[in-house]
Amino acid sequence: MAPEEIAERLKEQFADQITDCAFETAHPHIFVAAEAWHRIALFLRDDPRLRLNVLRCISAIDMLEDDELVAVYDLYAANSPANGGTTWTMGPVCCVKIKVPRDNSHIPSVADVWPAADWHEREAYDLMGIVFDGHPDAVTDAAGHHPRRILCPDDWEGHPLRKDYRFPMEYNGIPAVTEFEQTRPVH
Amino acid sequence: MVADIVLESQPDIHADLSSEQISQQDFPTEEMLVNMGPQHPATHGVLRVVLRTDGEMVLEAVPHIGYLHRCAEKIGETLASYQYIPYTDRMDYLAGMNNNLAYALAIERLTGLEAEITERTRHIRVIFAELNRIASHLVAIGTYGLDIGAFTPFLYAFREREWILDLFESACGARLTYSYITIGGLSHDLPEGFVDRCTEFLDYFEPKIPEYNNLLSFNHIFVKRTANVGVISAEDALAYGLTGPVLRASGVRWDLRKAHPDCGYDEYEFDIPIGEGAKGAVGDCWDRYFVRMCEMEQSVRIVRQALAKLRGTEGQETRHKKGKTIKLPDDEVYYEIENPRGQLGFLVRGNGSVIPARVKARGPSFCNLCIVDKVCTDVLLADVAAIIGSLDVVMGEVDR
Repeated sequence: MAPEEIAERLKEQFADQITDCAFETAHPHIFVAAEAWHRIALFLRDDPRLRLNVLRCISAIDMLEDDELVAVYDLYAANSPANGGTTWTMGPVCCVKIKVPRDNSHIPSVADVWPAADWHEREAYDLMGIVFDGHPDAVTDAAGHHPRRILCPDDWEGHPLRKDYRFPMEYNGIPAVTEFEQTRPVH
Repeated sequence: MVADIVLESQPDIHADLSSEQISQQDFPTEEMLVNMGPQHPATHGVLRVVLRTDGEMVLEAVPHIGYLHRCAEKIGETLASYQYIPYTDRMDYLAGMNNNLAYALAIERLTGLEAEITERTRHIRVIFAELNRIASHLVAIGTYGLDIGAFTPFLYAFREREWILDLFESACGARLTYSYITIGGLSHDLPEGFVDRCTEFLDYFEPKIPEYNNLLSFNHIFVKRTANVGVISAEDALAYGLTGPVLRASGVRWDLRKAHPDCGYDEYEFDIPIGEGAKGAVGDCWDRYFVRMCEMEQSVRIVRQALAKLRGTEGQETRHKKGKTIKLPDDEVYYEIENPRGQLGFLVRGNGSVIPARVKARGPSFCNLCIVDKVCTDVLLADVAAIIGSLDVVMGEVDR
């Protein structure tokens, strides 16, 4: 099933929640609105013509020039063997993107739709700062209610993969540089 | 005399009590938090698992990762694609060739170089990817035996691995971090005599696999430690995004080399082994181990076919003129291949310059490790090592 057809099915169901699509690219994708994402995810997983049961990856991209963060969800359907075959085959492949503003980035968590999303969302929060609401492994601290960090220590400040990230000069007393005249880390 | 002594608070050992009832009467236990790692011989790298245990039973296991985070994705935004190849080696450091291949294919798809890769390059890439699969599975099997307590298979596996590393060293000079498969082709063509040496290795290695089965796979103690332990159902495996031998052991005959072939894999004949519950339930640790043994046999088959296909391609170019300086278009690509540990994916976003705007690596070990939360509940402490070993995680890929 081509990406255009998947986009058609989504538009039938969700009309204006599907904000944009791009197919003339090496990575055809569909932009959806953040508020409707959980319902759209359930549709993508459960619709009998799609059955996108595998979430391969959630990537977070920092579009500094547009002042936005983009979460990219790559999905595909692993179809059990049919017609006497023994090998599983790949069904429709879909990529869904969600744009959120950099200073107020909230996306509903889909960890209950695809359990694979759990760790991917924690990583997207940790490294990029996209907050996934309703994540099963969330904590509340100075930075609000957010998924628990996964790669950085729990008390790390900032989100390293952002384009405007400044590496901290010290962490719990450990200095970032060893030369005392330096005032910022040299990269 | 001894029979006259009556102790007040001992269980009546002659009564017909189950061992659970005896231990409840005699040993009241409380829950304990046990920290396993980050330095631990059985966690396959720097993985920390915090276990909440009640005596010997593990009630909950929470993995903590990030000890080997080397900011590979941030570095990807500062280097040209050709310069980034050595960083991909170091992610899953036991399958360097496969990692290089994934990134090279992603960039070639993004820039359109895909159409200009020669047949010789494709076949050589398959040879090295499959040899690396054998080498990687040998480490998985050897260290898994070591985790369980079997010391001998480890050395046998590494002895076979030396052959493969010698072959790699003759081709590119390195034993672990190859950077051999690059954008547009390979860094060097095959050296003289490689085909003969490779055939010699395959002839030597193929009869060794039944030997290992006799030594370890069907060993009574090994089977008792791994059968029916850590069972993962097929639905769980797909829902949690598990890939590779872990998924195949749960009975799902899914392999990206057949489902979405690239690099010429559709021209090769090979089978996909799956877990069949031969020693216990489908999807237990033994299945995950045995699938790797069977995959090595299939890899030998593929390499033989690839060596045969090389005849007639001598003289074809294996390096591309534009590989080193290619500019990435203002576009994006997500490309996955079947690594020894699962599906490694790269999302690369270009913005018109030689340096990408974003490189995201989807590590199979990262995705496979998330099942530890679910599978290590209500198991014995010794089973935790068996389960983590059977997932075959490499922390370099988990943390990147």
